[in-house]
Amino acid sequence: MAKRIDVSGLAAYYGTHLAIDDISMSIEPRSVTAFIGPSGCGKSTFLRTLNRMHEVTPGGRVEGKVLLDDEDLYGPGVDPVSVRRTIGMVFQRPNPFPTMSIYDNVAAGLKLNGNFKKAELDGIVEKSLKGANLWNEVKDRLNKPGSGLSGGQQQRLCIARAIAVEPQVLLMDEPCSALDPISTLAIEDLIGELKSQYTIVIVTHNMQQAARVSDRTAFFNLAAVGQPGKLIEIDDTERIFSNPTVQATEDYISGRFG
Amino acid sequence: MTDVTLDKSPVDEAPVPTTGPLRQPRLPNWAPYGIGALSVALGCGIGLVAGLESRIQWGLIAAALYVVVTFALTTTVEGSRQARDRLATSLVWVSFLLAVVPLFSLIWETVARGSKVLDGTFVSHSMNGVITLQPGGGAYHALVGTLEQIGLASLIAAPIGLLTAIYLVEYGTGKLSKAITFFVDVMTGIPSIVAGLFVLAFWIIYLDMGYSGFAGAMSLAILMMPIVVRSTEEMLKLVPNELREASLALGVPKWRTILKVVLPTAIGGITTGVMLAVARIAGETAPILLLVFGSASINTNPFDGAQSSLPYYVYEQWKLGNEASYDRAWGGALLLIAFVMALNLLARGIAAWKAPKSGR
Repeated sequence: MAKRIDVSGLAAYYGTHLAIDDISMSIEPRSVTAFIGPSGCGKSTFLRTLNRMHEVTPGGRVEGKVLLDDEDLYGPGVDPVSVRRTIGMVFQRPNPFPTMSIYDNVAAGLKLNGNFKKAELDGIVEKSLKGANLWNEVKDRLNKPGSGLSGGQQQRLCIARAIAVEPQVLLMDEPCSALDPISTLAIEDLIGELKSQYTIVIVTHNMQQAARVSDRTAFFNLAAVGQPGKLIEIDDTERIFSNPTVQATEDYISGRFG
Repeated sequence: MTDVTLDKSPVDEAPVPTTGPLRQPRLPNWAPYGIGALSVALGCGIGLVAGLESRIQWGLIAAALYVVVTFALTTTVEGSRQARDRLATSLVWVSFLLAVVPLFSLIWETVARGSKVLDGTFVSHSMNGVITLQPGGGAYHALVGTLEQIGLASLIAAPIGLLTAIYLVEYGTGKLSKAITFFVDVMTGIPSIVAGLFVLAFWIIYLDMGYSGFAGAMSLAILMMPIVVRSTEEMLKLVPNELREASLALGVPKWRTILKVVLPTAIGGITTGVMLAVARIAGETAPILLLVFGSASINTNPFDGAQSSLPYYVYEQWKLGNEASYDRAWGGALLLIAFVMALNLLARGIAAWKAPKSGR
């Protein structure tokens, strides 16, 4: 059920400001691809173009092609809503819906879209919470509000919510940056488990995390402030961290700049 | 023995300096209360001696004395920075009291005078056939009128206001939304008599419809709409964008996101805003005067014929100018205040009940 993504010649704008330019890459199915790079280089913007969340920002505009198994996400007649149902997203800060219980948060994607059978819902919620390693912690308080959980639990709740709609691809925008090392470990383990079923793309500022969880790593950089961010190189994680082809990558990874 | 041990305690061995780079002399904690009591006593004393009749003058003297004495005392004891701090604190307190006194005085006066006539008969009888010089009669017809008029006004204004605010916050970009915001601001400033005249010219004179509660409701709706738009807009802006994005990223269409995520998150504040707008229009007299005409008898049909309303009833009874009708005017005023207060409490209750829950 995982799908591959092929990006070619992608540029994203905020109004007239060109944020990222000329990005081409392939994202393999059933693997974890990590995006690293200095702040402001367009990693998150690029991630958001992959499920058409970029255009939610006022003035957000995209040029180029994003193919999901040969189907262009930006082709004519493509409904962004169905794109987002296929490609799920987890955000930097945990954002459970404050008006909903834990159960309703997980079921939100299905309930809000109205395409669910009541009898199946319990099973899906349990499966998703188990998938996010949260079931044992919350199974006795499914009707309590989701905002009462700890930060790490909330983030796993958001992951459960994202996988409950059974997307093909899961995008994660710095999912561990607001979490402590133990919660981070729990989520990294989870990513390792999820990659057998999903295509996962993760943005991270933590080099060790990229090295630990990802199969392939893409390094983004920008020439100067105000210049658009560009993809410098993408390769197997092992190769990027041991013997990158571009000098800038090595400098960034070893902490010599940026 | 005890004396000896005390003498040898480290505190006594190194005597604590009363002044130093980090220590200044301080007024005792009870000083503000002491100065307050002193000022009130002095204010009353000066008022008595000078033969001032108004208690308000006594209070103002006490308030001024409190500010001055606090400032003078802290300047001499604690230094100028603390004095400025205390001056600001005392000014805040004095202003608070000055603001609250008229409110309590108003409520006290209304309750004291209004409770004389406010009973079962008052809320269940109209003024039909009552000789205005004599006690008796009631405000039932006015209560019915008020309820129906503001009910209809809310039915018109609340949905339009809500949808306008949703448009402005969730969809509006560019010139149209700027224009709408501008005109909503202009509408906020419309005097109620102008709203009344507009409906009078359009509905009654041009379309040749008769006086009715509905005509009044339309002008009340004009007054209510901008308040609803403004408060709802502020509440929707408070909903974190992350929640909208979370919902959109789940593949939920925008309209469903607004309906199922944004509105439920803000519903407490929105309800409060609508209720406050209702409370605001419940006290309007001018449009009622122009469009509902006023009546002494019960008319439960807001679409046909003259009605009364509580603020109009108060005005009408006061104008009659005799003891019995003065009492009825106060009774009507008390009824109106109680009604508005009940609405406010209801709004707060709903806001607390619907607010996003936190807790484990």
